Parts: sequence; C-alpha cells; structure tokens
Amino acid sequence: MVDNLLPLRVDDLVVSRRGKRLLGPVSHTFAPQGLTLVIGPNGAGKTTFLKALHGIERISGGTLTWNTPPEDARQRQSYVFQSPTMLRRSVRDNLAYPLWVAGVDKALIRTRCDRWGARINLSDAMDRPAPLLSGGERQKLAIARALISDPDVLFLDEPCANLDGQATADIERMLTETQATGTRVIMTSHNLGQIRRLATDFLFVLSGHIHEVGPAAQLHTPATPELAAFLQGDLL
Amino acid sequence: MTEIWDGVRAAFWLVVQLDADLIDITLRSLHVSLTALVIACVIALPAGTWLAVRRFRFRRAAIATLNAFMGLPPVVVGLIVYLLLSRNGPFGVLGLLFTPTAMIIAQVIIITPLIMSITHQAMRELWAEYHDLLISLNTTRTQRIRTLLWDGRRALLTAALAGFGRAIGEVGAIIIVGGNIDQVTRVLTTAIALETSKGDFALALGLGFVLIGLSLMVNYLTHSLSQTERSGRW
Ligand SMILES: Nc1ncnc2c1ncn2[C@@H]1O[C@H](COP(=O)(O)OP(=O)(O)OP(=O)(O)O)[C@@H](O)[C@H]1O
Ligand SMILES: [Mg+2]
Repeated sequence: MVDNLLPLRVDDLVVSRRGKRLLGPVSHTFAPQGLTLVIGPNGAGKTTFLKALHGIERISGGTLTWNTPPEDARQRQSYVFQSPTMLRRSVRDNLAYPLWVAGVDKALIRTRCDRWGARINLSDAMDRPAPLLSGGERQKLAIARALISDPDVLFLDEPCANLDGQATADIERMLTETQATGTRVIMTSHNLGQIRRLATDFLFVLSGHIHEVGPAAQLHTPATPELAAFLQGDLL
Repeated sequence: MTEIWDGVRAAFWLVVQLDADLIDITLRSLHVSLTALVIACVIALPAGTWLAVRRFRFRRAAIATLNAFMGLPPVVVGLIVYLLLSRNGPFGVLGLLFTPTAMIIAQVIIITPLIMSITHQAMRELWAEYHDLLISLNTTRTQRIRTLLWDGRRALLTAALAGFGRAIGEVGAIIIVGGNIDQVTRVLTTAIALETSKGDFALALGLGFVLIGLSLMVNYLTHSLSQTERSGRW
C-alpha cells in the first residue's frame, strides 16, 4: 500500500523573480480529495502558483509539505501546461513518452497508448505528427499524456482556453472521470461556467495572494466584494 | 578559348567513361571526408546538444571559443597538425604525416566546431520548446539529450551535411598534412590544384565536375530537409 500523497500543506510560499514578488506569501492546505479551481484575473499569479506546487518553479521562501517524501511526490504528479508542448513525434509516441521515461515495458506501453488514444478519439490519428493536430486535439492529447502514467495529482493550467463547446465538454468529462477514480485535480480556468460545473472548492488569487478560499457553494455567495465582482465578469 | 573548350570536352569524357584516376581520386576524397565526418559527428552532435541543455559557469566562454574555432583558417589548422605530426613533433613517432589519417585528423579539427555550433543552435531552440515538459516529467539528463537528439534529427542531419560540404571542398589543410602524394593522399581538391598548375585542364575540370556534383547534392539534400522541417513532416 503506497502512502497517500495528500494532504499538501503550503506554508508562506513566496516566488520572487528579479527582486519582484510574483506570489505570496501564501498558505493553504489541499485536502486529499476534490477538484480545486484556482481562479483570478490575468497576471494574478495562478500559473506561478501551480508551477510552484508542482515543483518546477523555483521558490524563494516558504515550504511545501506533501504527505510523502518530495522525490516520491514528484513522481506521482502530472502537469498540463497553459500552452501544451507537442513533442515532434507521432500522437502515439507523445502518449508513450512519459511511460518511456519511467521505463515501462514496451508491450504495456502499446496497450496503454491504444486505450488512451481511443479515449480521446484519436485512434485514427495515432501515427500522425502531433504538432499538426488541431488546438482541441492537442489539448486532449496533452491531458491523456498527463494521465497515462496514472498520477495521484493532476495540475491543469487553463485546459480549455480557446476551445469550442464540444471540445470543452469532452475535456470536462475526462476530468470528472479522472477525479472519480481518485486523482486529485488542481486547475485554473477563466470560464465561469466551467468553474461552477467542475469545482468542489476554489482558491481566488488576486495580485499574488490568496484572497478568498471556500467550497464550491461559496461561489454563489462570495464573501469578498472582489470575488463577487470577478464572478460577475467585472474588471478588477 | 579553344583550349578551355577542349578541356571541358575531355573532362566530360573522363567523367562519362569513369576514368580510373578520376574514380580513384574521388573515392579517396569520399573516404577521407566521410571518415572525418563520422568522427566529427560522434563528437559534435552529443557535445552540441549537451551545451544546449546544460547550464554551467563557463558556458558563454565555451560557446565563444566554439565560434572562434569555427573561424579557424584551414591552412593554419594544417600547419598546426603538420607540426604536431612531423618527425620532431610530439606525435612524430606515430608516422602519420603524409597519410590519409593525417588528413582525416585535420578535417575533424576543421568541421567539428562547425557541426557542433549548428547543432547547439538548433538544439537550443528545441530545448526552449521542450524544457518545461521534460522537467515536469522528471527526465534524467541522459533522457533529455536522447530526446533532443531524436526529435531534432533533421537539424542534426543538416549540420552533418554542412560539415561534409566543408570537408569535401577543403584544400588548405589537407594539402599541407597530406602532401598530395599520387595514389596515397591525392584527393579531389588537391588534385585540381595540382593539375591546374600543371596546365592539365581536362583532369582538373573533370574532378571539378565531380566536386560540383557532390556539392550540389549536399545543398539539395539540405534544402529538402529544411523544407520537410518547415512543413512539419517529421
Ligand atoms: N519569470 C518571470 N519573471 C518576471 N515576471 C514574471 C515571470 N513569470 C511571470 N511573471 C509575472 O508574474 C505575474 C503572474 O504571472 P502568472 O503567469 O502566474 O499569471 P496568471 O495568473 O497565470 O495569468 P493568466 O491568467 O494570464 O495566465 C505576471 O505579472 C507575470 O508577468
Ligand atoms: Mg497563467
């Protein structure tokens, strides 16, 4: 039985670049279950926060404490970037890549890729170069590539930006299914409808600080005027 | 004027009839340059990639040195290799001077920095594109380099072709360290130099045609490679 990755405790996390504080200090505890939406206006520090949690943004202060040792924690999370990188390879080889990195057996890689290719409706495109896929297809491929290694935590940075209704619905279904299998999801979104549909809880980030935190229900009754304004689509 | 035309006609026949001397010299040229190319690639491709991926203290200095080496005049390289390999030089006992091996050594020194520099340039771009993903996936340094080498293989081929083009057309260094000895170290470029000075334009031009043909082929390949690269068919 492997240890649970979560809860994740964040204490006084600070990220500074060139003498400028981009984030923090922020403190928060991510509960073992749920789908957390990190929301806030452009430039608030959402991407910085997610990257810092994932461990790919150098932190200038504070601590991140997973329930397991850091190296182990790192192996069990995946991250989907705001603009996903497509390796200059076929769709199949993009799916296979994280498994190759982890040293998974070839036959197993093949069956898993077939399964995930079918799941994102790209079975017929497995041998096409991934960089030539449409925006929506790329986004789905990036999510499948993140999920193929069965992570315990999945970070997504605006997975549905610039996608149409159908593609967004497909991705939301994948995320709901993922969460149902016990994967912890932490994501950002600017789509108010999507925030309300998916969130079990939220973090509202404003100018590098956590301004308001609460369960999804609180999105209907915001505690701060800033969140109320943000949810009405007002400029902050 | 007629002399030149006669030369061109004679050269044409030499090529068409696969003249023994011409074939011999061409094959030696290919042998020397391809061997140098393989050795240079084995060094330059991983090293250029490593330079793109790895941050270290003297990285800038290393890149500046690399570019300086790329501009080394071949005659000077020839001179230095000559001094190293000559009987009184540090490697004199090996008896390599005036052998194809000496020519290969000189060409490796000339084209390695070129291939490495092109590789570094291409790999830096690819690394910028891949950086976040590869870090996120916990790749080891070896895995990163392997990934870049594989996904950037077209750029690497372009780098290799540039190296080959430089090697096959180079004359200054190999004439010094090879000595242009008939049947032993005479290659396309050195033979052209010699035949021209002797006034035998037929053979010189014939060899010239072969050399031009090879260069055209290299350029054509490079061009079609960059075409496929741009249209995204990898
Ligand atoms: N390396 C860096 N150096 C300096 N400033 C940076 C750096 N990275 C990000 N920033 C700045 O930090 C702030 C927060 O950026 P971040 O990308 O986290 O915002 P975001 O909330 O994700 O915005 P968006 O909704 O537009 O994606 C921005 O003002 C950005 O310009
Ligand atoms: Mg962002």
